[in-house]
Amino acid sequence: MAQQLDSKCPSGPIEERWTRHKFALPLVNPANRRKYTVIVVGSGLAGASAAASLGEMGYSVLNFCIQDSPRRAHSIAAQGGINAAKNYPNDGDSIQRLFYDTVKGGDFRARESNVYRLSEVSNNIIDQCVAQGVPFAREYGGMLDNRSFGGAQVARTFYARGQTGQQLLLGAYGALMRQVKNGRVQVLPRREMVDLAVIEGQARGIVVRNLVSGEYERYSADAVLLATGGYGNVFYLSTNAKASNASAAWRCHKRGAFFANPCFTQIHPTCIPVSGTHQSKLTLMSESLRNDGRVWAAKETGETRRPSDIPEDMRDYYLERRYPGFGNLVPRDVASRAAKIECDLGHGLGATGQAVCLDFRDAIAKGGKDQIAAKYGNLFQMYEMITGENPYEVPMRIYPAVHYTMGGLWVDYNLESTIPGLFILGEANFSDHGANRLGASALMQGLADGYFVIPATITAQIAGRSREAVDTNHPEFARIEESARTRNEQILSVGGGRSAESIHRELGLIMWDKVGMGRNAAGLQQAQKEIAALREEFWSNVRVPGTSDHQNPGLEHAARLADFLELAEFFAADAEHRKESCGGHFRDEYQTEDGEALRRDDEFAYAAAWEFNKVGQPATLHKEELSFEYVKLATRSYK
Amino acid sequence: MSAHAETDCLNLTLNIWRQEGPHATGSFEVRQLQDISTHMSFLEMLDCVNEDLVSEGREPVSFDHDCREGICGMCSLVINGQVHGPQPETTTCQLHMRHFKDGETITIEPFRAEAFPVVRDLCIDRTALDRIITSGGYISVNTGSPQDANATPIAKPDSDLAMDAAACIGCGGCVAACPNAAAMLFTGAKVSQLALLPQGAPERESRVLSMVETMDAEGFGNCTNEYECMAACPKAIDVSHIARMNREYMRASLVGSSP
Ligand SMILES: Cc1cc2nc3c(=O)[nH]c(=O)nc-3n(C[C@H](O)[C@H](O)[C@H](O)COP(=O)(O)OP(=O)(O)OC[C@H]3O[C@@H](n4cnc5c(N)ncnc54)[C@H](O)[C@@H]3O)c2cc1C
Ligand code: FES
Repeated sequence: MAQQLDSKCPSGPIEERWTRHKFALPLVNPANRRKYTVIVVGSGLAGASAAASLGEMGYSVLNFCIQDSPRRAHSIAAQGGINAAKNYPNDGDSIQRLFYDTVKGGDFRARESNVYRLSEVSNNIIDQCVAQGVPFAREYGGMLDNRSFGGAQVARTFYARGQTGQQLLLGAYGALMRQVKNGRVQVLPRREMVDLAVIEGQARGIVVRNLVSGEYERYSADAVLLATGGYGNVFYLSTNAKASNASAAWRCHKRGAFFANPCFTQIHPTCIPVSGTHQSKLTLMSESLRNDGRVWAAKETGETRRPSDIPEDMRDYYLERRYPGFGNLVPRDVASRAAKIECDLGHGLGATGQAVCLDFRDAIAKGGKDQIAAKYGNLFQMYEMITGENPYEVPMRIYPAVHYTMGGLWVDYNLESTIPGLFILGEANFSDHGANRLGASALMQGLADGYFVIPATITAQIAGRSREAVDTNHPEFARIEESARTRNEQILSVGGGRSAESIHRELGLIMWDKVGMGRNAAGLQQAQKEIAALREEFWSNVRVPGTSDHQNPGLEHAARLADFLELAEFFAADAEHRKESCGGHFRDEYQTEDGEALRRDDEFAYAAAWEFNKVGQPATLHKEELSFEYVKLATRSYK
Repeated sequence: MSAHAETDCLNLTLNIWRQEGPHATGSFEVRQLQDISTHMSFLEMLDCVNEDLVSEGREPVSFDHDCREGICGMCSLVINGQVHGPQPETTTCQLHMRHFKDGETITIEPFRAEAFPVVRDLCIDRTALDRIITSGGYISVNTGSPQDANATPIAKPDSDLAMDAAACIGCGGCVAACPNAAAMLFTGAKVSQLALLPQGAPERESRVLSMVETMDAEGFGNCTNEYECMAACPKAIDVSHIARMNREYMRASLVGSSP
């Protein structure tokens, strides 16, 4: 398949591009929309908002999710907030500035047109959510409150206590359920997409496994939307929910959708450190905490005292020292790497030495405990639940953890993948965040994609192309159902000696050590060998008891792991190919004298969109060259 | 961190509910578990059980979980007779083993209510709660039409109270804890949130009438003021939201808007 990447980005002044593009798109007559079926896989912010909006417009929508209710998608866990360029605080914000900050924050690896559109619709999102009854934080005068978030010098983040994702998702879920009542949307929970039906070159349906009965079910449609989230769990330990997985996206990749920039992963700086080998996931402490907490490590190596016993002159507020301009609010990639450097140098704290402190002592002294409790009460409570320590009295211990994946399936300006009729939304696409996402911008992007972009661009498929009627008796459905079934039966029949859990943990260690925060050519090559060997071991030695004709959590996990084992090798290969450091991708070989990321724009100012060939064989690279007309290519500096 | 806690390990006896499907009869399986670190979460302890089962060639115990940080509302266990276990304002996934004693016997069951049939083992079907929301738990506004978000100021106390109600994670613990298996706290929280906000006003009557009607039709029981729901609620949703729903219901019945 010799395919030319066409981003379909409009030209002309950037402020007019989205409006002009929408005008140029074909329309579907409201009376006809009901005749078109749209499959939406995923019920997080991106999926729920898309399914609800398309239902309102009159399309017949089928919405799938793994959980027992769409309201439980991983988006529910987002804590900190959502950005918008409202400029309510009158501190100089604008669409232009949000655009600029996002391109710069992404270290110049995102598409300008998309980022501008994102900034442009950000304000509509807030209006929409407030109208739905999302209880954002307010000031005493009754107006909406804003706070600042990592990487921004303006307060543009809207929040609902520490539960912003929950409130936004419940808003979208309400809108979704309203369409269920209206008969426009059918919600199909506890279903896992296992393959995509590509018929005559178009995405025309999916096969899912019913996670209650174990049966395979087929659904045909005129377009398929994937909003299945990110693949951070390839690291085993991450802040993602346990069911978050790459399978739907990976199966689409194997059917021909290009996958872009898999190595762009975000490691979040403020998570609760690992406490032992039993650890099953990591918990994020919202980055908003960095507004009031001060980050420090030990000044000397070999510090064994408890953090609260370490005197002031033996603490090193290294972010304030190294980045006086942004201090504790530097972007995530910068903060995470700085924490790793401190711990690698032996300045870490606590029993493992793999932690730095986030200290509220000064903020409590200044504003009082009540003020801090009002802002972060539930986060402090969560920290205490997990660690048994009271953060009002002793500093929090934090360490970076895998959090978000900027990479994902490649999409054009219409959010359409390289398979016509297959659209990718939210964290699952290769996104508008380039090589690093700014805090509070994922929720914004997910909702922008679902509420505002896809309702306009889906017509590229619905009205823009002709196609024959297809139902689930088409032989392609039988073929892909059979291949999914065979694969699961194969997993069950290995009957080896090792659990999927232990293989997944080992994969996570390889990824964290060699494909995590500090990457280099030798380590990345070694990682690819080790992952390939581990994949072999999976297929020859995994042990998954039971059968597939009912709910079997062991099988579900093993099947997702099998995909992670393919994705992981590909991920490391992408990291090896990108011989530069940018955003979340840091190569030891490419750094400035003072240890900052060294981007190599001459060679790498492109999105790497990979075409799948065969498992274990290199993918084919297609470059989407990125040009920067509005934000001048410059080295990021937060000093 | 107290230094000795690092090495604390527990040996436990577990009585775990196992049930092959909605129509099968279930029973308790007794299992011994050694060397459980007190730093583990309750679900990490169950992960250990499942690792043991796999090594014995048996299917793992099905239990619902996802976020493991107390927000998605998936986890849903009754531990030693208590919904979400012994700690107040704590979901099952946030409960840590430091709250158990060495040698203890722990009984683990699914949330039980007529409206929540067992799917398998500890997994239940809570779609009845979705159907309550479907009947009216939202504000009917289409994408794209709203005015500016700051056009209608909302008094902070109202907005804060609405947020208190909106914090419900929909786990259904209130139903499982209630002797009548009522869903009043769940339904009340949503009715109350939307009744407190000006955006909710146009559908104020129809919303409460339909939601209450659906709640009854789904087989949830009635409230007899036991307050068990609030005690079990991991988000400490207050029973005053039930009172507000009752007032809203009375008012709507008098105003007489049909759903
Ligand atoms: C702890 C935490 C805190 C965060 N805080 C913030 C924040 O403050 N601000 C911010 O902007 N961002 C934040 N993020 C990031 C943000 O939450 C996510 O990027 C975003 O919510 C992703 O939304 P989504 O709709 O793309 O996918 P998700 O919410 O991950 O939803 C994925 C959906 O796809 C379904 N699915 C997956 N695979 C399949 C399959 N094979 N078949 C069927 N269904 C499938 C799932 O069931 C689910 O419904 C945070 C992330 C984490 C982990
Ligand atoms: S697993 Fe999400 S609330 Fe417990």
